Amino acid sequence: MKRVTPRATSRSATSRTAPSPDAEDTRSPGGEDTPLLRAEGLVKTHYGEGAPAHAVRGVDLSVRQGEFVAVTGPSGAGKSTLLHLLGGLQRPDSGSLWLDGECTDAYSEARWAVERRRRIGIVFQFFNLVSNLSVADNVELPALLAGLSPRQARAERELLLDELGLAGKERSMPGELSGGEQQRVALARALVNHPQLLLADEPAGSLDSKGTREVTRLLSRFHQRGQTIVLVTHDARLASAADRVISFFDGRIADDAVLDTTPARGTGISGVLELRD
Amino acid sequence: MRLPLLALLARGPAHGYELKQDLEQLLGSAYPQPNVGQIYVTLGRLEKSGLIEGEEVEQSSRPNKKIYHLTDAGREALRAWYEETADEPRVRDEFFMKLALAPRTGLADQIALINKQRREYLNTMRNLSKLAAAESRDNRISQLLIEGAMLHLQADLDWLERCQEELEELE
Repeated sequence: MKRVTPRATSRSATSRTAPSPDAEDTRSPGGEDTPLLRAEGLVKTHYGEGAPAHAVRGVDLSVRQGEFVAVTGPSGAGKSTLLHLLGGLQRPDSGSLWLDGECTDAYSEARWAVERRRRIGIVFQFFNLVSNLSVADNVELPALLAGLSPRQARAERELLLDELGLAGKERSMPGELSGGEQQRVALARALVNHPQLLLADEPAGSLDSKGTREVTRLLSRFHQRGQTIVLVTHDARLASAADRVISFFDGRIADDAVLDTTPARGTGISGVLELRD
Repeated sequence: MRLPLLALLARGPAHGYELKQDLEQLLGSAYPQPNVGQIYVTLGRLEKSGLIEGEEVEQSSRPNKKIYHLTDAGREALRAWYEETADEPRVRDEFFMKLALAPRTGLADQIALINKQRREYLNTMRNLSKLAAAESRDNRISQLLIEGAMLHLQADLDWLERCQEELEELE
């Protein structure tokens, strides 16, 4: 088993949008060098029928402010479980997790729920929108729960839906939208409280090629503005939008590669496109 | 390059530089700019084999230019081109042979080879995404060319993943 490898994190900590105005909770500002997310020795085993499934088998991981990290690997490799551990949706059997320098090991479920409202936004493969709420309400709800006034929530929602090309769809119900549109609503919902960290679990997994491109483009755009993103995907096109790609096999990190940040037209590419006689 | 040039001439006569511009316009900035020298060389060969004919046109202040048109034989060659289907893409045989032979040489580790190759593909994929973003969305031909390259790479990456799954089990 090869465990690779250090990464040269070239990005400096980028500015991000301000946290929601009423941040009364204890934020321990980690400072420039503190990773936004750090995991050590994460282990998670699922016990169901049959043999226990070792989904995550000792993962160390560090994600810096402003980084865009993709985790790829075959289905069943445990990558979704890993993401769930990072977002507190599941708790590890052992190992520790720090969020912006703060150890989360003692967090209660309620505390995690608060973090997922404030510091962590999540999008899922099947969007998980509330089907009997309008698009506008789906996006505003987490903002209201986080303590924004209805007016602020509405302003944030308008801004995001506009940005995501969903202006005019406010009153639609999720079921009336295409998959790509629903995922954009889910993205708006995940970002409405300006979380430091965006987690995405196969966000293009139920979209067609066009929808995948759309999601890729949007994630890249938010990343360029400084959004930290950890993405689990099976789609290499989506993964290649990240600056760093982790290959996950059998519950472990098999490779951790920083992608080229040099502009296009490098070597290789013309060969891929060239039409030869 | 031969048959695309013939195809461009099917519409009507043109000179070398016009053909280069036609190609660029059709394929967009994503496609490596055709070398004008290469185009002239190819046109020369096509003329020699009787598929096109050139006609010198005098220009007042510049050297003469040669305008080419398709011959009947050229049109026939083009028709034959459209009759046949293209070859299937092939597995990257060079990488495959490296991978298959690695254990016998004792010089390389299979999983390390796969990881290295994956990084290469991912970087190329990233560059293709950037090209697609930079290219006008309205140039469908160009966008489709890039998307085709990306889907091929996606398949190669999926295959690398399969190799890794199978070979890791053996370790």
